[in-house]
Amino acid sequence: MSDVRLSEVRKVYAGGVEAVKGVSLTIADGEFCVLVGPSGCGKSTLLRMVAGLETISGGTCAIDGRVVNEIEPAERDIAMVFQNYALYPHMSVYNNMAYGLRNRGTPKDEIDARVKEAARILEVEPFLERKPKALSGGQRQRVAMGRAIVRKPKVFLFDEPLSNLDAKLRIQMRVEIKKLQRALKTTSIYVTHDQLEAMTLADQLVVMNKGRVEQAGRPLELYERPATLFVAGFIGAPPMNLITLPPEGLPGLQLANKPTGKVVLGIRPEHLFEQGSKSADLSLEFTVQAVEAVGAETYIYGALGGNGTEIILREPGKASPALGTRLKVGASAANLHFFDPETSQRLA
Amino acid sequence: MEKRVVFHGKLLPYLLLAPQLLITIVFFYWPAGQAVWQSFLVQDAFGLSTEFVWFENYALLFSKPEYYKSMWTTAVFSTLVAFLSLSIALLFAVQADKHIKFATGYKTLLIWPYAVAPAVAGVLWLFMFQPSLGLVSQAIRALGFQWNPLLDQDHAMALVVMAATWKQISYNFLFFLAGLQAIPKSVIEAAAIDGATPMRRFWTIIFPLLSPTTFFLLVVNVVYVFFDTFGIIDAATQGGPAKGTETMVYKVFSDGRSGGDLGGSAAQSVVLMVIVIALTAIQFRYVERKVQY
Repeated sequence: MSDVRLSEVRKVYAGGVEAVKGVSLTIADGEFCVLVGPSGCGKSTLLRMVAGLETISGGTCAIDGRVVNEIEPAERDIAMVFQNYALYPHMSVYNNMAYGLRNRGTPKDEIDARVKEAARILEVEPFLERKPKALSGGQRQRVAMGRAIVRKPKVFLFDEPLSNLDAKLRIQMRVEIKKLQRALKTTSIYVTHDQLEAMTLADQLVVMNKGRVEQAGRPLELYERPATLFVAGFIGAPPMNLITLPPEGLPGLQLANKPTGKVVLGIRPEHLFEQGSKSADLSLEFTVQAVEAVGAETYIYGALGGNGTEIILREPGKASPALGTRLKVGASAANLHFFDPETSQRLA
Repeated sequence: MEKRVVFHGKLLPYLLLAPQLLITIVFFYWPAGQAVWQSFLVQDAFGLSTEFVWFENYALLFSKPEYYKSMWTTAVFSTLVAFLSLSIALLFAVQADKHIKFATGYKTLLIWPYAVAPAVAGVLWLFMFQPSLGLVSQAIRALGFQWNPLLDQDHAMALVVMAATWKQISYNFLFFLAGLQAIPKSVIEAAAIDGATPMRRFWTIIFPLLSPTTFFLLVVNVVYVFFDTFGIIDAATQGGPAKGTETMVYKVFSDGRSGGDLGGSAAQSVVLMVIVIALTAIQFRYVERKVQY
């Protein structure tokens, strides 16, 4: 068992800036938890507090049932993978991985066995004697991972580990991290600003904004039932269409069962369909302003007649409506989301 | 992208270079050439006749035990000053690199001594350690220690070492601090998570990563001790007592200026020149190539 429990964790910097405003989270043993949010939302600070690299201003952080607020990073039995890899530039790959074990007085034979094992898993065996400078970005990333896994810690912490890699390598490493974590079954906390990375990696996805948790849950849960306007706009690409509906309605938009009062209507681009003769619970008309064809699908951008709200429609396959044409699209009630514009919370 | 100015014609670039070239030629190459020329000459005591003697001055120089003594003095002096100023500066820089209160004020104070002229520094220390009047001397005597740099060679050496070290710490401090700040914070954090104690972190991570800075400073410090400490020695001890603090560069001065032996003094200058050229060559070869890791 090595779960991580955060309870009302807060971080206040010396200047009085509150970076994390009371976060409570439970990360179960073996779970892959991803913290996602825009820059400055407090996700990295939260991770660094778990690591012990930042002091905790309030609340408690417990690893494996033990409160670690006052415990040094080295004593927390965690390993961290940094964004810039943070490899020791003057040490060979082998020594980079062995360093943590040597500091803990692990017997030489065991160090050797563990480093070789990690090198085998991460396919860095040919580079063991090289210095980090002589490695590519992806190889450095593997070494950084190797340094984490040789120690067999209770918790892995990842601080945007893939953001320095190019797009192709990022996807490849993403899959590998997932496989590795599945194989080792080590509790992991992973920070990223990339919602796609977050969706694909997480068992538990935590969306943070302005120092608070907006919503935590399984990735698809967040996709299907975003609890707040922020989550609705953050999860999913292209983002959900959010239309502010005044009580009197909007011209060019018909809605079967509209909640009373002013609401924000949310509808995902992939849930809109071109309305021929089909009947729909929601139908809206917009003017096509831009078309992006990416092959497998086409994104159609337009402006709503009434208040000019931008609408994105995602069409499977190739479609090429002429710019300026008016499109009539619809959606079924099951795919509609309603939010309170004041509190930005989900309605019903 | 490399930014490069392209000149049309050759006149302007040479004009722009001229002031620096002129200074270098007038103040460096010309005196250096003169020294080499003079080292082959012997003048009589009244400066009336001059004779060209090839390497006689050098032969004489290396046959004199005093010259080896001044070499030894220089070696002791430079080793002490370089070691002390480097290690104290590193200690200060490590402390200043931590997040402490009044860090800016602390750094400013540490940099100040560098702005003090060597002769002034020498006088300053001389005053503090003057056997009968100096404040520090009185304190030392009150402790029962017979402190007298005017009579005791070791005490005199200690005095000039302190003064020279004090002046050089600022310079070393600045470079060490810059070197420390260039080490990515995450590398230190990774080491902390990897279970290295602060002491171990310093010796296994920080110190090796600082090695290019340390090596550069070592060369710069040795050059400093060889040449720039002349003012300190001249003001504090005049090479005494009994030539106990006469370094090679001070001997050039005392033999040539006070002793009137221009040829011998010039030969000594040439020896020093060779040493500094060798040090610079080492520095270019190793530091510029950054062979540390």
